[in-house]
Amino acid sequence: MTVTAPALSTPDAPRRAISFDSTWLIWIAIIAVLLFLVVSPFIYLVVTSFTAEKTGGFTFANYLTAYGRARYVDALLNSLKLGGAAAALAGLFAIPLAWAVARTDMPGRGLTRVLVLMTFITPPYTGAVAWILLAGPNAGWLNRFFMMVTGAEAGPFNIYSFSGLALVIALYSFPYIFIFTTAALELVSSEMEDAANILGAGAWRTMRRVTLPLALPAILGGLIICFLEAIALFGSPAMIAIPARFNVVTTQLFQFFGNPVRVEVAAAYAMPLLGVTILLILIQRLMTRRKGFVALTGKGGERRAIRLGPWRWAMFGYAMLIAALAVFLPYLFLFQAAFAKAWGRGFGLDNLSLRNFHFVLFEHATAAKSVLNSFLYAGVSATAVVILTLGVAYIVTRRLVPFGGILGFLCIAPFVIPGVVLAIGFYAAYAPPPLALYGTALILILAFTTRFLPIGYVNASAAIRSLNPEMEEAVRVLGGSRLTALRRVVAPLLKRSLLGAWLLIFIPATRELSAAIFLYGPNTKVASVMIFDMSEEGNFEYLAALALILQVLTLPLLWIGQKALGRDFMLRRNAT
Amino acid sequence: MSKLVLKNVARRYGAVEAVADFSLELVPGEFVSLLGPSGCGKTTTLRMIAGFVPPSAGTIEMDGQQISSPSNVVPPEKRRMSMIFQSYAIWPNMTVGENVGFGLQVRKLSRGEIDRRVDAILDVVQMRNLKGRYPAELSGGQQQRVALARAIVVEPEVLLLDEPLSNLDANLREEMRFEIRRLHDEFKITTVYVTHDQSEAMVTSDRIVVMNHGRIEQVDAPHKLYARPRSRFVAGFIGRTNFLEGTREGSDIRFDGFSAAAARLEGASGNGALLYSLRPQAVGLSGQKPNGGALAVESEISGRSYLGEYWDYQVRPLGAAKPVRVSTGPNVVFEVGSRVWLEIDPAAMVRVE
Repeated sequence: MTVTAPALSTPDAPRRAISFDSTWLIWIAIIAVLLFLVVSPFIYLVVTSFTAEKTGGFTFANYLTAYGRARYVDALLNSLKLGGAAAALAGLFAIPLAWAVARTDMPGRGLTRVLVLMTFITPPYTGAVAWILLAGPNAGWLNRFFMMVTGAEAGPFNIYSFSGLALVIALYSFPYIFIFTTAALELVSSEMEDAANILGAGAWRTMRRVTLPLALPAILGGLIICFLEAIALFGSPAMIAIPARFNVVTTQLFQFFGNPVRVEVAAAYAMPLLGVTILLILIQRLMTRRKGFVALTGKGGERRAIRLGPWRWAMFGYAMLIAALAVFLPYLFLFQAAFAKAWGRGFGLDNLSLRNFHFVLFEHATAAKSVLNSFLYAGVSATAVVILTLGVAYIVTRRLVPFGGILGFLCIAPFVIPGVVLAIGFYAAYAPPPLALYGTALILILAFTTRFLPIGYVNASAAIRSLNPEMEEAVRVLGGSRLTALRRVVAPLLKRSLLGAWLLIFIPATRELSAAIFLYGPNTKVASVMIFDMSEEGNFEYLAALALILQVLTLPLLWIGQKALGRDFMLRRNAT
Repeated sequence: MSKLVLKNVARRYGAVEAVADFSLELVPGEFVSLLGPSGCGKTTTLRMIAGFVPPSAGTIEMDGQQISSPSNVVPPEKRRMSMIFQSYAIWPNMTVGENVGFGLQVRKLSRGEIDRRVDAILDVVQMRNLKGRYPAELSGGQQQRVALARAIVVEPEVLLLDEPLSNLDANLREEMRFEIRRLHDEFKITTVYVTHDQSEAMVTSDRIVVMNHGRIEQVDAPHKLYARPRSRFVAGFIGRTNFLEGTREGSDIRFDGFSAAAARLEGASGNGALLYSLRPQAVGLSGQKPNGGALAVESEISGRSYLGEYWDYQVRPLGAAKPVRVSTGPNVVFEVGSRVWLEIDPAAMVRVE
């Protein structure tokens, strides 16, 4: 070790520490992109709602039109009622299940988690279609079974109703409450329950007085998310409410977008949806952040399963009943329809056919292309989101620029914008000249990118915060630049979590309907829109085949995600 | 010529002055510790030397060239220094060999040369057999050795260490102190070492900079810091001590329970209160009145603790309010309540601010 010191470039040219260097350029570029993606559509949405269609001048007329008719106002009220009913029903499904899985010795807890995951990755519109097959008046399988057993003339079930819609929405949004509640319950230590037991409280009273109250903010947070999901949803209401002859906000908005497109009225009509969402998200944040109430210390270590005795089988039965409604029955009849010549003819071998898959994949003019489009747009959007949010998270976490927090805020902000509202904003901002992006692949990609910025940002900043800055400083002090540190240390260390974030964006982006339905063009139809179109045409066999293809294509991605991030990654990471 | 010169360096964070008016010169090959309680500004100073933090005022020079000033900061990667971090910052995605070879790779050495040097330094830290391992497979002590090897192999102009031993258990920490000093003696790299542990600083350093509230309290060799602390803070922070407060009475200085001639005490000029530090080890204890030059103060044993290597006695001069603490060898045994004589050499009493 007596060799002369290896030469580095000499330190004879000191650089200015705070200067207009490349970090600033990147900061400005990111600000510009975020303005384009987040701020401008939002501003256009608000401005358009006050713009006269003909003259372009300022007006309140759009608001008068939007709220001037009783049935428009009814649609708003319907949405609120629907949100409330769906959230309540979802709570009924999710809370006992979450408690049983997190805290008791119910058999099949792992199985229940898997089934909840299956529910979670089922697009709500696919679930709605399955329930049309199950509980359509007369032809629905449940009704036919009822008639067969009782000999009655008609079955009691009608999915085309308010309660039917609430049920379908609840069945595919209860995982949100499940995720929030299990996460909270898993942090309540057994010692707190022991303390209640030793003072004489039995298992039931302990749960009612100690465990549930501790998890209450998380449960309410989950209910709020469910409510918001229900009022922002487009697919299920469009498939069920419209035939049932009532409207909700999203279907009404869709009708404002029919011929001729009245985007100004739509923008005005979207405001309550936006307002309610912002308000409830704020409340949810306040609730889950109030410290001292939720005892999420994680201390007190070990959590014992509560012994339910014979009740464990009752609980298991309840879990399987929900699984039957959300997974087993819907998928059974989706498979039946997908492999049937005609779904109404039942399970006979003579009804079995691969024709639907062949037709969807090779004969249909746009179905196969729509799947490709979905995956392409989702892939590009997910990549863009990961790169952008990683850059922002790095700049914000490492405090490379003053006011970096603004960047983080802009990335999180789209969380309060429902997909439908976002789409109207994008339409208002970028459909007219000069950009004239309506119907292009680009506008879908941009809208998806904006929509999934929050998921990306939450994951990216968690990943960066998990990285000790000394790892990078060690590179620099040994002579490597910041870029070398990013390339040789940061990127390799974040590979897994970035892959996870990418999947968490990619998977929902392949099913996105609420924004896509407002922005697609003849050549940019995505799979979700295709499925929606087929449901309007009543082609349930083709539809089922296409929906199953979409689900099957998702499975390897789930598998990769679980390999990279561990079991449950989908359920865990979405809760943040 | 000095290797590293810090001139009136300061660093503010808003209204908080993390480091104020810090001046220090290091000669080539010197090992200097920055010692102080947490929040005293020692790590900020180190990070200013490394170039991660620009100073708010003052300059830093290396080999006569300015590397830091409020307006010009040579970035860390251009300083030819290396650093060992509190977390070690061993890159978990690279093997031991890749970690150690990284700095040489950045310096664009040939593959063969890199291999040769990496092997040589791994021999020095006794890690050659673990070259292909990943950091997750190493113990804390082994990771520490990798960090040392990675920092030294590039033969830096200056080596910076930021509390490198604080994550190790007590035994390993003691072993690694000597290891760090051994490597310094072998390679003679100018070193700045940040720690809050006085014995770490004393074992490793040529000089220690004691810091408090962002300012330098005293810079001295370890034994001088102990024997001649200049401030109350330094006397209290380095080792245990008795603080004795005295006031002038004619030609004497009056302490709690005894007096000493001002002429025999260091810095006993002027009036008003005078504060002295007296180490427990510097006080003698005997059963009979001692002869000789030391002050003899008749006292009573008011408390005692046995700590194996020494006795810790609390001895109260007759008529005094507070006892003086005295350390004696394990064989010097007095019962609580017994009459004894304190032997205080006025020369051992150090005037502190």
